[in-house]
Amino acid sequence: MKVYDLAHARAGDKGNTSNISVIAYNDDAWALLLEKLTAERVLKAYTNVAKGPVTRYELPKLKALNFVIENALGGGVTVSLALDMHGKSLSYLMLDVDL
Amino acid sequence: MNSNKKNIRVGTGAGFSDDRIEPAADLALNGNLDYLVFECLAERTIARENLTKLKNPELGYTPYLIERFEAVLPACIKNNIRIVTNMGAANPVGAAKAIRRVAQDMGYGNLPIAVVNGDDVTEIIRNNPQLPLMENSEPVEAIIPHMASANVYLGADVIRDGLNTGAPIVITGRVADPSLFLGTMLHGLNWSYDDYPKLAIGTTAGHLMECAAQVTGGCFIDPGKKDCLDPVNIGFPFADISQDGSLTIGKLDNSGGRLDVMTCKEQILYEMHDPKNYITPDCILDISDIEFHQEALNRVKVTGSKARPRTTTYKVVVGYHDGYIGEGEVGYAGPNALARAKLAEQIVRDRLKSRGFSYPEIRVDYIGISSLHGAGVDRPEPYEVRMRFSARSSSRKAALAVGFEVRTLHVNGPSGGGGGSNSIREVLAVKSILIPRHMVKPFVTIEGNL
Repeated sequence: MKVYDLAHARAGDKGNTSNISVIAYNDDAWALLLEKLTAERVLKAYTNVAKGPVTRYELPKLKALNFVIENALGGGVTVSLALDMHGKSLSYLMLDVDL
Repeated sequence: MNSNKKNIRVGTGAGFSDDRIEPAADLALNGNLDYLVFECLAERTIARENLTKLKNPELGYTPYLIERFEAVLPACIKNNIRIVTNMGAANPVGAAKAIRRVAQDMGYGNLPIAVVNGDDVTEIIRNNPQLPLMENSEPVEAIIPHMASANVYLGADVIRDGLNTGAPIVITGRVADPSLFLGTMLHGLNWSYDDYPKLAIGTTAGHLMECAAQVTGGCFIDPGKKDCLDPVNIGFPFADISQDGSLTIGKLDNSGGRLDVMTCKEQILYEMHDPKNYITPDCILDISDIEFHQEALNRVKVTGSKARPRTTTYKVVVGYHDGYIGEGEVGYAGPNALARAKLAEQIVRDRLKSRGFSYPEIRVDYIGISSLHGAGVDRPEPYEVRMRFSARSSSRKAALAVGFEVRTLHVNGPSGGGGGSNSIREVLAVKSILIPRHMVKPFVTIEGNL
C-alpha cells in the first residue's frame, strides 16, 4: 500500500530544508502511518534527493505528520542547480512510498 | 489611532510577487472587507530589486505594483478598505510615489500613504561583521563585500503604527508575512501587542492566508483524487476575526476552488518545522493543538493555537552575489533516446574539461526520468528524454561555456538532438542573521498629505 492511498501531502521550503506534511484521510490510515512511516523510512525514500537528517513531528489532532528533511534543496532555493529549486514536487516522492 | 471594532474581515490580495491579479479585485468589490493585504516578497526579491534601484532610483519595488493597484483602488476607495502590502521591496518610498501617481491618474487626487521604513539594515551589518550566520555560525564578514541587501523581518507593530496614521494604504519593505495580517487586527480590534492568546490567533490567520490560493484550492488538485470546482478562477481567502479572538477563514461562494478542513491542514503545515515553535517577530506560535471545523460551505473555524512571548532578536536576510549558473538543454526521442542523451552529457563534460574549465558543482538531469526526484531504480525508459546540464562557477566565462557546449550538440552531437536551449544567470544567494531588537529602529513616514 502506498502513502498515496492513505494521505495527502504538501511540500514547503526554507533555505536548504524541505518540510513535507502527510495528512491521513481517516483513523485507520493515521494509525498505519504513525507506525510505519518513520523518519528512517522517509530518509531512505529521499536518499537520492536529500542527505538528511529527517525529523518527524506528530500532530494527532490533525491526524498529520510533518517531516523536516534537511540538506534537501541543493544548497538552498536561491543557489540550487535543481530544476525544482523549491522542492515543490517532493510531496509526491513521499506519496509514492510503499508501506 | 486604533479603531475599536468587534469584528473585522481581512482579505488576501496576493500570495507572491507574480500572483494572479483578479481575485483581489473580486474581494475588494464583493468581499465586504475591512482590510486587503498583499504579500509579494520572496527571500531574494529585495536583493534583486536593490539592483534595479541602482539603475533607476525611482524603481526597486515589486514589478506588478501598478497593475495590482489599478485593479483594486476603485473598489477599495468606494468601500473604505485599507490596503497593507510589502510591495515596497527595496524602495517603499518610491512605491508610495508610484501608487500616488496611479491614484492621481485615476482621478482620486491626493492619496496619502503610510510608509514603513527601517527594515534596511545594510549599514548595521557592515558595522557588525562579527555577527554569526544562522546557517553555519561563521561571521558575516566574508560575504559583506558581495552584499546586495540586508533587511530585517519587521513585525505587526509597524503595520499597526502605519494604520494608526489614518492613511488608507500602508506600504512596507521586509515585514514577516503573517505580521502583515496580524497588524490589521492590532489596529482594527485594538488588540494589545502583549496579548499573546490574540497574537496566536492573528498569526495563525496570517499564516493560513499569506499564500493566498494555497488555502483555497491552489497547490491542491490531484485530478480524480482531490478535485475542486472551477480551478481556473480560484478565489483568494479572507478571515473573519472577532475582538475576543474567534477566527473563521472564508472565500467568496461564487469564486472557484475549495476551502475546507483538508486545504487548511495542508496550508497550516506549509513551511512549518516544529509545530510548537513557529517563530515570527511577534510571537512563538504553537499550532500543535490546532483544530479546524467546517462551519458552512467555504467557511472553516480555527481554534486551539497558542503563543509564547516573542524572542529578543529580529531575523535578517542578507542577499549577496554568489557567482553564476550556466545551463543548457537538448531533447531526444524514439529508439535509444536515453543512450543518446547520456552520450550528449559525456561529450559536454569532456568538451568543458578539454577547454580547461572546472566547476565546484555540476548537475545533470534527464527530464522525464530523474530531474525532480533524483535517480530511482527500475524506472521505465520514456519515449522522449531531455538532457539538462547545469553548473555553477564564480567565472561568468566558465558559466557561459556550459550552455555553449550544449548548443554545439545540435550540429556536433548524437543523432536527432533537438529543441535546445541555454541560459546563464547571476546568483543572488541569501543567508540569515539574528540581531538584537534594539539595533533596529523602524519608523513610519507619510507620502502626501493626511
